[in-house]
Amino acid sequence: MERTSKTAKLYLALIFIILYAPILYLIFYSFNSGGSMSNFESFTWEHYGAVFSDTRLIMILINTVIVALLSALLATIIGVFGSLGIVYMRNKSIRNSLLSLNNVLIVSPDVVIGASFLILFTMIGVKLGFASVLISHIAFSIPIVVLMVLPKLQEMNSSLIDAAADLGATKGEILRRVIIPFIKPGIFAGFFMALTYSLDDFAVTFFVTGNGFSTLSVEIYSMARAGITLTINALSGIIFIVTLFLVVGYYFISQRGKNPVGMGVRK
Amino acid sequence: MQTKNTKTFYLIPYFAWIILFVIAPIALIAYYSLFDLSGNFTFDNYKNFFTSIYLKLTLSSFWYAFLITLFSLLVAYPTAYLLTKTKHKQLWLLLIIIPSWINLLLKTYAFIGIFGLYGPINAFLNVFGFGETQILFTDFSFIFVSVYIFIPFMILPIFNALDKLNPSLIDASRDLGASSWTTFSKVIFPLTTNGVKAGIQAVFIPSLSLFMITRLIAGNKVITLGTAIEQQFLVTQNWGMGSTIAVFLIIFMVIVMIITGQRDKGANTNGKN
Amino acid sequence: MKDIVRAALTIIFVCIALFFVNDLLDKNSGKAGSDTVTIYNWGEYIDPDLIAQFEDESGYRVVYETFDSNEAMMTKIEQGGTSYDIAVPSEYAIEKMKEHDLLLPIDHSKIPNLKNIDPYFLDLSFDPKNEFSIPYFWGTVGIVFNPSLLDGQTFDSWDALWDPSLKGQVLLVDSAREVIGMGLNSLGYSLNSTNEKELQEASEKLNKLTPNVKAIIGDEVTQLMVNQEAAVALTWSGQAADMMWENEELDYSVPEEGSNLWFDNMVIPKTAANIEGAHAFINFMLDAEVAAQNADYVGYSIPNAAAVELMDEEVTSDERFYPTEETRDNLEVYNNLGLEMLGVYNELFLKFKMGTN
Repeated sequence: MERTSKTAKLYLALIFIILYAPILYLIFYSFNSGGSMSNFESFTWEHYGAVFSDTRLIMILINTVIVALLSALLATIIGVFGSLGIVYMRNKSIRNSLLSLNNVLIVSPDVVIGASFLILFTMIGVKLGFASVLISHIAFSIPIVVLMVLPKLQEMNSSLIDAAADLGATKGEILRRVIIPFIKPGIFAGFFMALTYSLDDFAVTFFVTGNGFSTLSVEIYSMARAGITLTINALSGIIFIVTLFLVVGYYFISQRGKNPVGMGVRK
Repeated sequence: MQTKNTKTFYLIPYFAWIILFVIAPIALIAYYSLFDLSGNFTFDNYKNFFTSIYLKLTLSSFWYAFLITLFSLLVAYPTAYLLTKTKHKQLWLLLIIIPSWINLLLKTYAFIGIFGLYGPINAFLNVFGFGETQILFTDFSFIFVSVYIFIPFMILPIFNALDKLNPSLIDASRDLGASSWTTFSKVIFPLTTNGVKAGIQAVFIPSLSLFMITRLIAGNKVITLGTAIEQQFLVTQNWGMGSTIAVFLIIFMVIVMIITGQRDKGANTNGKN
Repeated sequence: MKDIVRAALTIIFVCIALFFVNDLLDKNSGKAGSDTVTIYNWGEYIDPDLIAQFEDESGYRVVYETFDSNEAMMTKIEQGGTSYDIAVPSEYAIEKMKEHDLLLPIDHSKIPNLKNIDPYFLDLSFDPKNEFSIPYFWGTVGIVFNPSLLDGQTFDSWDALWDPSLKGQVLLVDSAREVIGMGLNSLGYSLNSTNEKELQEASEKLNKLTPNVKAIIGDEVTQLMVNQEAAVALTWSGQAADMMWENEELDYSVPEEGSNLWFDNMVIPKTAANIEGAHAFINFMLDAEVAAQNADYVGYSIPNAAAVELMDEEVTSDERFYPTEETRDNLEVYNNLGLEMLGVYNELFLKFKMGTN
């Protein structure tokens, strides 16, 4: 493989700087002893202390993480089977209408989704709280999973499946041994984008939550009128650092398990 | 390839989802769109949509969604391509996604600070002798932040498409004397159309209904259909009109899907050659 | 395939562990099982220490939920599915909630601390005899400005905003009632006007403001004014107080032609489950010391005369935030104009916004 050139490295570096700039800005001000995201006065850990002494905030954070992980997982499972169904749909016009239906929730503004889900839940009598929030997050994450998985499925050569079938593989085996491994990058992409959807969502969660259940987004948005405290900045800083460690750590642990040379030549 | 039975079994959750969370809400929205404020059955909402304001909003929504998608693609494609060439590419890819897990409102506040008259960007420009430049509340800042939000959605599918590209194809093309550009446009790009298409859909469709940052970053100098729906639902509490606009958004999305769907056939035959 | 299954199992395991942690935290925060009072309020709109104090004194456990707009809050209460014992809507929302029969009457005999409230803030048009609501915070709409970025302009009149020297310097709030109301006030009309001609005139006058408008935004106005991004902003007094706390150069003024007087009141929604507890909470918040501490934390003006006595003289004698009764008489409370009229206001505002780009 060719080495990446200087300009290429510079370009990537620039992209990463831009992606991380606002986050570093947030973290920088989390150390501000003045109360807001302007006029840095002096350095303090005070806002970090405030995070740990606020049990309610920590419980909200844990709720947020649980909802994000579970909803992304379930949405990925449902979405993967959904895309399999769409791809192997023989009738083209049904396939296209299914795809359109799939994307309805992506194009609908959150308020509309939130309000209609709320009406739906109260109509069928679901108690508002953890369950209704989880179900809604699964619901609005499924389309993005399908969008991420579909291109991988479309790329897949049907002769591969035919060959496996000729060799006497059962349908379950074909799915497990041939299809899933091939579309794996799409599955992971779908999962991560579903996580993003879930963590970012404010409006839908707002409408369908209740009975004391809250997520970080709802909490942050409703603070806007009286001012978002730097405690939230500090909390975001902690989340960011922990996530970074987890992801990098998980990556290297999972790499060690594999053939170390594999990385370089797999392509 | 599958028998009817296994197919339906796997698809139960997905179809249940479509019926409960897609078709039911659409029916509800369509139903609401037929009522005016006092609850009378009427087609007035649809008539109102064809007044100058909403048509203008539609045009501007499409224009900005187009720009956002275009710039996302222009930035994402090379990024995805270069990422596939790095040593720990999966890790780098994850690092692209992580920023999107930090709350959007907070990041937007950070952008307000960064783009501000006394923010770091202006301080940097000052070094080169530019005076204080108004960056916030311009088309530039709006598109920049939108691209920032959507970029992972574009990079991921393109990365996945590029990653599995057989390097021998590229080598072959080189060996046959094709220039880098020809290699790209005739060999690499056609093989990644599915990924690019997925990326375009994942960016263009939600861009149509962007709202929050139209206020925070563009200072309401950009108004989209999403903003109008938000206003109708939450401020005016005219759910009828809000639903009507939502119905049109869905119709526009379906049209976009039909257009990209036709390209699908072409791409498939291309890919098989 | 194996790694996918492993990843899925890891996620499920992590979630179970987190559930467990949350349950533990919930139990440690005490009083699980006792009666709860569910409060629905704006974020950062109460001193959290006071919630703890209320829990200790009353034995109730407080569940605290937040909302970010009156309309969204009303939609939730109207749809049901969750029970809120206390909510804190603004005055026009209270009128609407009354109309939709979403409120329970408040039993004044259970709220002895009501005597602490300045009678001026009781028995107002949106809720005669305070049958359904008790004042929590109040304020005005006015102009916050930065003298260091201006050459000596003052904003005793709305017309000062139209000054050509302010080109691209004015921030407006993204709210139809406030902006159209300003247009109406500047012409000497009532900000509750439903007269088509007056509204048309106001909208024409506003169109002339367009070159001066830098942006039409929401709560971010605080950050922008503190950072000196703009010289002038139309905003609420509560936010102005926040800004001036951060940046001492800023000043606030309510123009003479009149402006809006707003209230956020505590109400008991129809869906309340613990009506006793709701009354106890309202009474607790009206206690002079509690109200003073809360006002100190939130920074908005309170209607509690006994609490004002206890507060820092420097704060309560500031006529910008505790205007004299004479000034207050010049101000108007928003009337509920009905959805049709609200639609007209919003249509005019949307046209104005589209003119600014």
